[in-house]
Amino acid sequence: MPAVSKGDGMRGLAVFISDIRNCKSKEAEIKRINKELANIRSKFKGDKALDGYSKKKYVCKLLFIFLLGHDIDFGHMEAVNLLSSNKYTEKQIGYLFISVLVNSNSELIRLINNAIKNDLSSRNPTFMCLALHCIANVGSREMAEAFAGEIPRILVAGDTMDSVKQSAALCLLRLYKTSPDLVLMGEWTSRVVHLLNDQHMGVVTAAISLITCLSQKNPDEFKTCVSLAVSRLSRIVSSASTDLQDYTYYFVPAPWLSCKLLRLLQCYPPPEDGAVKGRLVECLETILNKAQEPPKSKKVQHSNAKNAILFEAISLIIHYDSEPNLLVRACNQLGQFLQHRETNLRYLALESMCTLASSEFSHEAVKTHIETVINALKTERDVSVRQRAADLLYAMCDRSNAKQIVAEMLSYLETADYSIREEMVLKVAILAEKYAVDYSWYVDTILNLIRIAGDYVSEEVWYRVIQIVINRDDVQGYAAKTVFEALQAPACHENMVKVGGYILGEFGNLIAGDPRSSPLVQFNLLHSKFHLCSVPTRALLLSAYIKFINLFPETKSTIQEVLRSDSQIRNSDVELQQRAVEYLKLSSIASTDVLATVLEEMPPFPERESSILAKLKKKKGPGAVSVNELEEGKREGGELNGGGERGGDNSAIATSNASTPSPSADLLGLRAGPPVTAAAPSAGSLLVDVFSEAGVNDDGFLRDLEPPTESSDSLLAEGPGDSDSAPPSVVSEDPAPPLPESNELLNKFVCKNNGVLFENQLLQIGIKSEYRQNLGRMYLFYGNKTSVQFVTFSTTVTCPGELQSQLNVQSKPVEPLIEGGAQVQQVINIECLTDFSDAPLLNIKFRYGGALQNLTLKLPVTINKFFQPTEMASHDFFQRWKQLSLPQQEAQKIFKANHAMDTEVLKAKLLGLGMALLENVDPNPENFVCAGVIQTKAQQVGSLLRLEPKRASSDVPINRAQQ
Amino acid sequence: MIKFLLMVNKQGQTRLSKYYEQVELGKRAALEADVVRGCLARRKEECSFVEYKDYKLVYRQYAALLIVVGVTENENELSIYELVHNFVEVLDKYFSRVSELDIMFNLDKVHIILDEMILNGHIVETNKNRILAPLLALDKMTES
Repeated sequence: MPAVSKGDGMRGLAVFISDIRNCKSKEAEIKRINKELANIRSKFKGDKALDGYSKKKYVCKLLFIFLLGHDIDFGHMEAVNLLSSNKYTEKQIGYLFISVLVNSNSELIRLINNAIKNDLSSRNPTFMCLALHCIANVGSREMAEAFAGEIPRILVAGDTMDSVKQSAALCLLRLYKTSPDLVLMGEWTSRVVHLLNDQHMGVVTAAISLITCLSQKNPDEFKTCVSLAVSRLSRIVSSASTDLQDYTYYFVPAPWLSCKLLRLLQCYPPPEDGAVKGRLVECLETILNKAQEPPKSKKVQHSNAKNAILFEAISLIIHYDSEPNLLVRACNQLGQFLQHRETNLRYLALESMCTLASSEFSHEAVKTHIETVINALKTERDVSVRQRAADLLYAMCDRSNAKQIVAEMLSYLETADYSIREEMVLKVAILAEKYAVDYSWYVDTILNLIRIAGDYVSEEVWYRVIQIVINRDDVQGYAAKTVFEALQAPACHENMVKVGGYILGEFGNLIAGDPRSSPLVQFNLLHSKFHLCSVPTRALLLSAYIKFINLFPETKSTIQEVLRSDSQIRNSDVELQQRAVEYLKLSSIASTDVLATVLEEMPPFPERESSILAKLKKKKGPGAVSVNELEEGKREGGELNGGGERGGDNSAIATSNASTPSPSADLLGLRAGPPVTAAAPSAGSLLVDVFSEAGVNDDGFLRDLEPPTESSDSLLAEGPGDSDSAPPSVVSEDPAPPLPESNELLNKFVCKNNGVLFENQLLQIGIKSEYRQNLGRMYLFYGNKTSVQFVTFSTTVTCPGELQSQLNVQSKPVEPLIEGGAQVQQVINIECLTDFSDAPLLNIKFRYGGALQNLTLKLPVTINKFFQPTEMASHDFFQRWKQLSLPQQEAQKIFKANHAMDTEVLKAKLLGLGMALLENVDPNPENFVCAGVIQTKAQQVGSLLRLEPKRASSDVPINRAQQ
Repeated sequence: MIKFLLMVNKQGQTRLSKYYEQVELGKRAALEADVVRGCLARRKEECSFVEYKDYKLVYRQYAALLIVVGVTENENELSIYELVHNFVEVLDKYFSRVSELDIMFNLDKVHIILDEMILNGHIVETNKNRILAPLLALDKMTES
């Protein structure tokens, strides 16, 4: 190597750099720089034409100043002049300056383009590379226009030097990214793919980046790259450590190239061709085997390079998710790394295992490492590694280990770093909810969570525990007792006071029998926290007090006294004051009956997806929570809420509340019970505290939760099954045919009444519905996801064919204008006249940015919505069952279960169907039997259902009889 | 994909920065300060990968010089970690025992080397001899 002189002859530059280095303070540095800038400016403006050397020197100084973090607003022209120099060094500095300092919309681009054009046609490979690097770095539209035709030619020409090919490949990639419309690959495709076969490894390395990007965009056109990549990989993997000479890095043959090849393969599904697949599996096995061989060098570089390939191979194995053998081997390999002394490896192993945990083939294998991972959570000294361990625990959690994992996470929370506490809290809350079979465990867990990390418990978490306690009457007594005990602690978190106030206000009576938690004791306990709390909590507590007056008349005088005190009734906070005044008045003038009606126990919450999951997802950004997980969460969430919501029950409460003659009912925001959207958001009494909050947020939840992927593609622009059909502007005014997946969307709602019916990039349609007898009411929420308004928004509901005589559907008109980000609501009334099998169609038309959008969906109205559950004893059931023996009265279907059968999930689904689930009726406890009456205007049809899951074969025969 | 590469000394002064996606000048200084603070605060036994906003940082320290590479989430960390080492080895080979001063006084050459190795955020060349070839050709030209 030549000894390199400092500054390489540019003495002025070296002096300047030394000066800067010697500056004692930032001010001195700025002063020196300003002096230099003035000097350079005067030189550039001077009359005397500068020679190439001086120009280069000054441009170089400017570059240096820029890199010190100072803006440079001149010298561009001089740099462009340097481009046309014949001296390589001058040209190079010119290009460097432009790459670093010129942005893609500069006015100089045309001049630069000229210089580039000259260099590209110079046939001098060094000049060509410089020019190509410049295009790759700047990559403006004008450059694409000028060179998009030229570069593919350079890339595939037989006589192009290797180094030029490399630059050309990356250059083309840049142009393709910035202006894909200008880069027409058609004729070059196959020749570009064949660069994978190039004998020069550098060319292959560069070309893969281009091919990977192109494959992601046009997988079909580039799919021949799979077999080429496999054979290239196979040659590298099987080569001896010295075969590849300069491309061998610490005895590892071409590590970076191998990683890139493995990454390219991750753009495609497993190869269909058996031979190719066999070869690839062989490669992957070899890579896994090599990990077990003794290292060829003790240097860390050797093992790092080897492991880089190994991790990429494991990513590919996980991506394929089809080779159980490889998945389990990968898991074992990662298991070894979990205990490796290199922190980097432990970190990567935890991260990689997280994705393995979601594969059905390796989930069990991952679970075997639970002790190691828990240990990592406890002992790792690096917070980012601990974070990964927590992620992995979350990913490997299932019903079998939930209690252990939640316990460990809780105990870790006591000492966890502040940076990850909030996320940990959300995760614990989600796991506790998802895998709660035993609701007292769930309540314990959440209260512990509040106790340990109260500050990090977001509103969603404590709303959720209240929703669940309200909906599950088997846990209410326990919850009251536990929260009462938790409140005994001298210092307890405000969130605990909120939960305590709410739960005791609702269910304090369940523990009032015990003299240790008599009504007055409960009240005094709550009130002892009052002065420590913030205004919203105090407001909630006041509402709890008025509920106490209803629950326990003996507390009335004590509580009235509290309400009457100056600190309440003259409180400077208007909300608190108003509550104190109103509650005091209510308690003194309303009769016990009225009081009891107004302050009735909260009705169950409608089924909704866990808001916590949405929050976690938002926090971590897309990708952190997989769609699978979300879907699972939805399913399990539904189960927790006690299955399908009983719309009938709810609306019964609503009507009874609404018809209460007391004028004070309005004060409490009870004008309307469910549907929650109608609850007055401002009144903010206890009765609506959580409810109205939930009601308001609910739509937010719906919006936050991404729907499963199948519905998230842009469907508007695409005709049914035809990706390159007409653009939206020429969509006809006739109602579009129903979306191809509308049946699937419909099926999602068979067992539930609320959720997201449809979503694309523009529009989200949420749905809430309730049914009673043969009547139904559906609320559709049309959310504009864009920032642009939708105009001439209109919807029509039609009943095709004979459905017209079976179903009577009336829709209220909807606002014709939806502002960006806004949501409008539409009410649809449904009357079932007689039995039916089709679903009504909902057509939606609106203009978005001038283009007509037209789509048709099926409204999720199915016959089972009109079920009324019927309880009956075993004897009655089988008697009726036997009576229904005519062929037309019976239908039987045997089908394979799509998911693992979980009793709780099945129960929830059956309840969602709307029939009564009859316990202790069938002699075989594995079987489920249900009974219900379908209510139509014309007739009532009794129905019996029997579900016989066969676990071994996972077939589920269903017997269904109709009367 | 590689988003940026920084060479910073222990005092937090940037000696070289190369961005592979447009970052406003005003934001660069803040980003660099943030990144460097984050990496320098870490102890030796902590792992070399840090999550930072949408990026993942891969860093490696050589004496007083810290090299930090910001990559996208899906990039292979170990391969970037070794890429940094390969880069340093190339610098070492060219400058024969590279120091912070060499980088300061020969910024243009370090950029040439980097451009030979990484283009557009992607690895183009890993072979040391080929990385140095254009630079050596250049030196020959100036000598003669």
